[in-house]
Amino acid sequence: MKQKLLTAIAATMMAASPALADLVIVDTSYRTGPYAANGIPFSDGYQDYFTLLNERDGGIGGEAVRVVECETGYNTEKGVECYEATKGEGALVYQPLSTGITYQLIPKATADGIPLHTMGYGRTSAKNGEVFKYVFNYPANYWDGASLAITHLVEQNGGSLDGKKVALVYHNSAYGKEPIRTLEGLAEKHGYELMLLPVDHPGQEQKSQWLQVRQQKPDYVLMWGWGVMNQVAIQEAVNIRFPMENFIGIWWSGSENDVKAAGEKANGYKALTFHNLGSDYPIYADIQKYVVDAGNAAGAGDQVGTVLYNRGMYAAMLAAEAIKTAQEMHGTADITSQQMRDGMENLEITEAKMAGLGLPNFGPEFKVSCQNHGGNGFGAVSQWDAAAGEFKLITEYYQSDQDVIQPLVAEDSAAFAAENGIEAGC
Amino acid sequence: MIYRESGDFSTTYQQDSQTFPIKFDRYRYYVLLVLAFAVVPFVINDYWVNAVFLPFLIYSIAAIGLNILVGYCGQVSLGTGGFMAVGAYACYKLMTAFPDVNIFFHIILSGGITAFVCVLFGLPSLRIKGFYLAVATLAAQFFLVWMFNRIGWFYNYSASGQINAPERTVFGVPVTGAETAPWAAYLFCLVFTVVCALVARNMTRGMQGRQWMAIRDMDIAAEIIGVNPLRAKLSAFAVSGFFVGLSGALFFAVYLGAVEVGEVFGISKSFLVLFMVIIGGLGSIFGSFAGAAFLVLLPVFLKNVLVGGLGWPTDLVEHMQFMIVGAMIIIFLILEPHGLAQLWRVAKEKLRLWPFPH
Repeated sequence: MKQKLLTAIAATMMAASPALADLVIVDTSYRTGPYAANGIPFSDGYQDYFTLLNERDGGIGGEAVRVVECETGYNTEKGVECYEATKGEGALVYQPLSTGITYQLIPKATADGIPLHTMGYGRTSAKNGEVFKYVFNYPANYWDGASLAITHLVEQNGGSLDGKKVALVYHNSAYGKEPIRTLEGLAEKHGYELMLLPVDHPGQEQKSQWLQVRQQKPDYVLMWGWGVMNQVAIQEAVNIRFPMENFIGIWWSGSENDVKAAGEKANGYKALTFHNLGSDYPIYADIQKYVVDAGNAAGAGDQVGTVLYNRGMYAAMLAAEAIKTAQEMHGTADITSQQMRDGMENLEITEAKMAGLGLPNFGPEFKVSCQNHGGNGFGAVSQWDAAAGEFKLITEYYQSDQDVIQPLVAEDSAAFAAENGIEAGC
Repeated sequence: MIYRESGDFSTTYQQDSQTFPIKFDRYRYYVLLVLAFAVVPFVINDYWVNAVFLPFLIYSIAAIGLNILVGYCGQVSLGTGGFMAVGAYACYKLMTAFPDVNIFFHIILSGGITAFVCVLFGLPSLRIKGFYLAVATLAAQFFLVWMFNRIGWFYNYSASGQINAPERTVFGVPVTGAETAPWAAYLFCLVFTVVCALVARNMTRGMQGRQWMAIRDMDIAAEIIGVNPLRAKLSAFAVSGFFVGLSGALFFAVYLGAVEVGEVFGISKSFLVLFMVIIGGLGSIFGSFAGAAFLVLLPVFLKNVLVGGLGWPTDLVEHMQFMIVGAMIIIFLILEPHGLAQLWRVAKEKLRLWPFPH
């Protein structure tokens, strides 16, 4: 009885939501739970960019953007609920910001014909657009990240890692396990020894892992962490006096939230990134004027310019550019998710385009194609400057080792295609 | 009032031992079954299936399973999440190893495998009980999750450690994988839920159930009157494990389709199912359904009302949900420690003796 009553009420509430002819973007955010510290700035940046487009330009191509927010708490079941609840509103693209939820959504979204943009996370082999027709992970993926970190270390060691020991501290989930295969492949090529240290969800308990680091004394530590795990790891590394400049995090382990808690001692910690940092870009004047000062900022409005805010904004920028591309291709402003997919597949990001958007030098140039949904794998290394309170780029953008990564992508996507009976092809 | 009689008038044993002794109840349940099988599949869509019906049906099976162990046999278990994981991984291994066998049998077999594992972890129950047993089963929870994360064979050495359900069909209709129609997934789970409820109900009111209840109420006294505690306890673990394994297999194969063991089958899942049993009512099959409905539907309902209806910020709603659900659990348990099932029973009694309830 109670169930029927509840469902009846819920049904009326659902039926009441109107279907508008806007460009609908779903923001599956998480502002609660152990990953909230990193989920909030990303979501704020993602939403603020669309708010800016609405306020300043009147939307994209004259069509207003409507952002629908749905809280997932980084939880797979809630993520699925969010997807089902919002896809009927005409969602153009999903950015789940969680590798676990991405894995859930890949088959569902493909069946529904809605593209997923898993920027710098998700299933790495989705780079192969011939198999994963609706999944995009440009501009870089985890395997690129693993390779970028190793390339950086090789450079620092004069061209060889022979006899060195590299430890990987990783979130013991699909997310953290992704780079292992690449790191093993790279270990063969460069001759280092790989040591694996899994940390269980959510990542507060890491004493034993760092005890092992202390015992085995690896030369370098790489980290695949997220949320509370990053903070704890950096604090533990500080506690055992691990040299911070030998500690490199993936791009999801390099935000202000992660290092600030450890104070001065975290100075020198490195993290990868696939976009530029700081708020020294023309677009921030517009965001300040049209979004923050106008009182339209998402969340508390206090995250502008942080690393993850920039990343959220960058993700929104890429989505907006894909919408523009789709609008030009199909000659209509009110595009569908199928057309959005075409827009994403033909997206080209050039320096001139980014400069025109008020983001000069913000990220690498890349071009998406039917075969390559993952960009070219360019990234850079940033370093935490505790005195200045910001991450600074310390290298140029350089490309990951495609000789190692491409065969792995081909192998993994072929396995997926065989398992699911997908015929690869463009 | 609705119930037009005052009290029970059973004249035969058959009448007395019916599942639904009141005629009105009986017809109402038949109507409900007809609705569930013949009407809902035609009106159901993706959202209702994935947000409401599948979790409700699957958690109901898990709650029935745990209720047999905790509610009927008195063996406290905190290992439900781990046992669900056993069901899920067993189902995955069977699905990939024997792709030609019908998924139906895989799911039942997964239940069987879980029953076996559950009995293994139930062995300590012969020596320890109460909180001590809870800790022993908690070890099962952590050990199983660790094992599925650690040993590559269980996830077929996939790069990410995730398991993905390939497409499988029943009578040519896909019930797992992305192409599954909402009604197919719903009916598939509904069949399992209804059969499980029937089996559980009949087991618990027969000799087996009485043995379990005797052990629960006082094991020494039960032993004196001839109940074999070893058989009774281990059979409770086996039956409970079977149901929990079924629900784990359905959870993975039909509902989520891809599973990451640490997140999906973590300790919080064990607590969730235990709360369902406690809120629904210990030792009641109806209570298992009521508890599952309460904990699955209330958050979805609150979210639809507060975000969809009132337009509150999503993070505020999420925090409000924690508070509201938490407060309701406390209020319920203070007002009616025996759960929703008892509340329902009392309401029924009052209605039947209306206008002069005692």
